[in-house]
Amino acid sequence: MNKIDNAISEFKEMDEMANRSSPVHELSPLVKLLSTVAYIFFVVSFNKYNLNGLIVMVLYPVVIYQVSGTSIRACFYKLRFILPLVCAVGLFNPFFDKKIMLYIGSIAVSGGTISMLTLMLKGILCIMQSFVLIATTSFDSICLALRRIHIPAFIVTLLLLTYRYISVMMEEVAVMTDAYMLRAPGQKGIHVSAWGSFLGQLLLRSMDKAEEIYSGMQLRGFSGDFLYAGCRPLRFNDILFLVGSIAAFALFRFVDITSFIGRLVM
Amino acid sequence: MIEFKNVSFGYEKGNTILKDMSFHIEKGESVGLIGANGAGKSTMLKVLLGLLPHEGDVLVNGTALCKESLPEIRKTLGFVLQNSDNQMFMPTVYDDMMFGLLNYGMSKADAEHRVDGVLEQLGLSSLKNKYNHKISGGEKRMAAIATVLAMEPEVIIMDEPSVSLDPYNRRAVINVINSLSQTKIIASHDLDMVLETCRRVILISDGKIVASADAQKILSNKELLEGNRMELPFSLAAQYK
Repeated sequence: MNKIDNAISEFKEMDEMANRSSPVHELSPLVKLLSTVAYIFFVVSFNKYNLNGLIVMVLYPVVIYQVSGTSIRACFYKLRFILPLVCAVGLFNPFFDKKIMLYIGSIAVSGGTISMLTLMLKGILCIMQSFVLIATTSFDSICLALRRIHIPAFIVTLLLLTYRYISVMMEEVAVMTDAYMLRAPGQKGIHVSAWGSFLGQLLLRSMDKAEEIYSGMQLRGFSGDFLYAGCRPLRFNDILFLVGSIAAFALFRFVDITSFIGRLVM
Repeated sequence: MIEFKNVSFGYEKGNTILKDMSFHIEKGESVGLIGANGAGKSTMLKVLLGLLPHEGDVLVNGTALCKESLPEIRKTLGFVLQNSDNQMFMPTVYDDMMFGLLNYGMSKADAEHRVDGVLEQLGLSSLKNKYNHKISGGEKRMAAIATVLAMEPEVIIMDEPSVSLDPYNRRAVINVINSLSQTKIIASHDLDMVLETCRRVILISDGKIVASADAQKILSNKELLEGNRMELPFSLAAQYK
């Protein structure tokens, strides 16, 4: 199995994770989507120097991961290529913002360092929460939830097809890479001179394949309405979860819990 | 049931793939579409399914195929794609079988009952909750047929149903096809399979219908087949040696 086959397998494992059973899996997709959006909104709204306030927001994903039986380790492993990019966002802050904000012992910590850490944590938390949404909800159900909040059908269909397109494209890359390697023994990766034709062929082939999949969907009645994803009315526990989680986010955001705990301990 | 009246299609002007095709398929008939690569078999099926535009008239149950009638016509047509990977796009076999039924407004309980019935009929109950990327090619082909059968179409259209199957799975597919009472249209290069499953054969060459007659008559006509870049089926070739 080559690297791309492994990646395809990892990608498809997400569907398996979403099909498991847990109290979080049982919640309405709409509620999970809204709570995720709210979580990201509250996380992003923290001031760039409010690192200690933001740390409390870690609690929510940790609880959701535990209750849903989703492995945090699996999350970090699957997102190993994205996380460094997310962390790189605030990397230059320490060079621009040199104002000393606090001392840890005799070590001075600049505002840039704190804002860098805050940005990194914000990115990690948002990605963790998005991951657990996908790991506990099938992508079709998420699309249905988006339709229920009146996101236009063409945008949602585009999202769904993009999601399907990722695996289609990865499969094509796997086939083409195998074919290339069999005729280029000893080469490490694809030679630069072949990149242009490789990418062109990849695009054409995966477009053909994606078109066929879309035809297959259309022929079985798909019209952008995601009826098959299972539309159930909201239950009491769904509403309780949504209200409870948003209340918790608001509490974490507007009450300085870490200072409060600090005062209690001191 | 299905009628093509002077149907033509081309991707670009001056390059016609289907040329003035006319034929008629009766209800309950099983018809094999044969022809060399590039003859126009798959294109013809796509036109029938409304996936490609066309000139001329395509009638299904007397209704002309057009944008307005397409959803109703598609309900009556079940298409098994050549590549099962493209057909089985949902995570599990069950999800895939439910997909079409729920899209057409069936309740979940009824759809589930229908899915169970079809899986049992085809002896595939063990596949129900399996992940599509974890089943074999043969299983996937049978599951793809099951997804279409679950929708109870009046016409079953198959594009190369036996391609890349081992003899055991090929036989299983042939047995399933023969057990179906619906109208069947099967496009294939596997002439032995066509001989076993179809009463009538339409031979296409260069976008035109060259012959349309009893399967035995066409498939035993060595000159006709060789003249259109095909060979006698293995089962009949032995008689000519």
